[in-house]
Amino acid sequence: MPLPLPPNVSAARFKDALARFDEIVGSRWVFRSEEDVMLYRDGYSPLRDEPGELLPSAAVAPDTVEQVQRIVRVANEYKIPLFPISTGKNLGYGGSAPNLSGSVVVDLKRMNKVIEVDDRRHFAIVEPGVAYFDLYRHIQERKLKVWIDCPDPGWGSVIGNSLDHGVGYTYGAYRDHFHSHSGMEVVLPNGEVMRTGMGALPGSKTWGEYRYGYGPYVDGLFSQGNFGIVTKMGFWLLPEPEAYISGTVFAPRRQDLIPLVDIVNYLEHLGVIGMPNYGSPMAPMLRDQAVREAVNRPGITEAELDKIAQDRNTPSWQVELQFYGEREAIRANWQAAQNRVKAAIPGATFKLNHEFRFPMTEPEKEAVPHKVALGIPNMAIFSIGARSELNPNPTDGHLWFASIIPKSGEAIFEAQKVYADAARQIGVPPVFSPFSTPATWMYRTFIFISGLPVSRSNIEENKKNRALFSKFIEAAAAAGYGEYRAPPAFQDEVARAYSFNNHALRRFSETLKDAIDPNGIFAPGRGGIWPKHLREKRS
Amino acid sequence: MIKVAAAACAAFSLLVVGPAFAQEADAAKVERGKQVYQYWCATCHGAGIGANGVQYLPGTNALRAKYKGEKPALLEERTDLTPELVKFFVRNGVSIMPQFRKVEVDDADLDAIAAYLARNNK
Repeated sequence: MPLPLPPNVSAARFKDALARFDEIVGSRWVFRSEEDVMLYRDGYSPLRDEPGELLPSAAVAPDTVEQVQRIVRVANEYKIPLFPISTGKNLGYGGSAPNLSGSVVVDLKRMNKVIEVDDRRHFAIVEPGVAYFDLYRHIQERKLKVWIDCPDPGWGSVIGNSLDHGVGYTYGAYRDHFHSHSGMEVVLPNGEVMRTGMGALPGSKTWGEYRYGYGPYVDGLFSQGNFGIVTKMGFWLLPEPEAYISGTVFAPRRQDLIPLVDIVNYLEHLGVIGMPNYGSPMAPMLRDQAVREAVNRPGITEAELDKIAQDRNTPSWQVELQFYGEREAIRANWQAAQNRVKAAIPGATFKLNHEFRFPMTEPEKEAVPHKVALGIPNMAIFSIGARSELNPNPTDGHLWFASIIPKSGEAIFEAQKVYADAARQIGVPPVFSPFSTPATWMYRTFIFISGLPVSRSNIEENKKNRALFSKFIEAAAAAGYGEYRAPPAFQDEVARAYSFNNHALRRFSETLKDAIDPNGIFAPGRGGIWPKHLREKRS
Repeated sequence: MIKVAAAACAAFSLLVVGPAFAQEADAAKVERGKQVYQYWCATCHGAGIGANGVQYLPGTNALRAKYKGEKPALLEERTDLTPELVKFFVRNGVSIMPQFRKVEVDDADLDAIAAYLARNNK
């Protein structure tokens, strides 16, 4: 497959630009052959081997901020679009491929310094190539008394995940990885370096702790956008707690979900619990086709769904509650939570899952079933879609459809119907069932998420799943939901749904884009924001 | 004469020391391969436990389901892997495993991983 050229750049000019990149980083770190550049294609691309597959023209891998600046200046001179990646592991949301074919990937993996970790004031400052595994290892080797909050795949970049609004598994504010950042260093489209928050103050001692500094707060421009290349960021860390408790609440009836969510919201928003994990004990039974077809029948009533669960002597819902802190206090909080649920939901039952004390030994850590809940990075999530005894036909990846819905039981019921109806409208079996539950990474909302499969070899299947993804975006917008994050192939569609007052938000971003990046060289199309000369490319 | 003697000595040294040096180089490459494997591969293909309710890590679980006991599920225990096969999967990926870029695993480290995983294929 021939590599694309940057739009409107001749092969000769491009060759000259690559020679300039060679001078900056050394030819070893400029990737121009098809063999090397194709390693940057999105491993989970829904457009694989189709004409629209998003492919870079080359990649360049700097290891200092000065090199990034020089690369940006050359790119401006030659009008070459750049697409920065941190560790390039944003799989399901685009991987290491650009939004615009022909872009040069700026691979920041080599910028991998942990600059500072403070376990008394609980923050870290890192470079973009630092993976969660790396930061965790740094902390463990020094026996520092802090935890990180990590997403499912531990090989992701702490900075990259935050910039795509990635999420984790411990306490509310820490789980929102952009929210838990404090301060940035950014290379702007003109090659200048800027620091935000307290970093803007020379000699500041609180860059990683007070995020606002003084004046307008601009950090949001550098997340899910294309206004800068972030080369350093600060993050708040959790102090290592004394103890942890995990307990599960089971609620028998379908309508119990409404008071259950209200109680869990109360506990979480007061800071009593960390991340609640909702589920349904009925979910494993949906592997049985007869049960699956019964519960997914259009028009099925709440009473009928209750009867299906009761006939199987199975509660409709469960939620895992997690407590972190002083052992005596969290034991009391677990008891108090049970008392509150008992008073509101007749027939609710409870199970203590685990009680841990810290620090843990290595064998103790290894035995933890859900390691990310304790800030231990791992790769267990890659069991999704992988071959297993229950899944003899593995997928080749997935597209994450992730919509934000309100944090209530009623909203869960509504979203189940919205997405089931959307699938039926295009003749696809429902992906979400009446027993589907939301993800809870976001502190103040739920996420209804599904990984639609992708194939490396079956283009027709990819087309069907792209159609379903687009249908979900449309149905979500009609219901008042929007996506928090999306693969590049769908970022225009998602951004288009945020259309209040004739797309005032997008027009504002475009006004900024034209002013800050007049040559339009930074990540054209990222977040649905296109530079002026490429705006007609918007799908 | 002295030069001839020195050259003869050098040739003798190569004959004697060469294979030993090569063995040391191979051992160093395998050791490097083990380290790189631990960093990049073992988090999915190692011996730990997997996600909630899954007994094995994802890569190990997948190979266990694929080979059903005919071959070891742990890559490090395989005796049939060739360097070429290892390199193909690292650079191309398979199923949900993506390919690895040269900034992550460069060609020297890929040679080392391949040497490590093929060490038992004799």
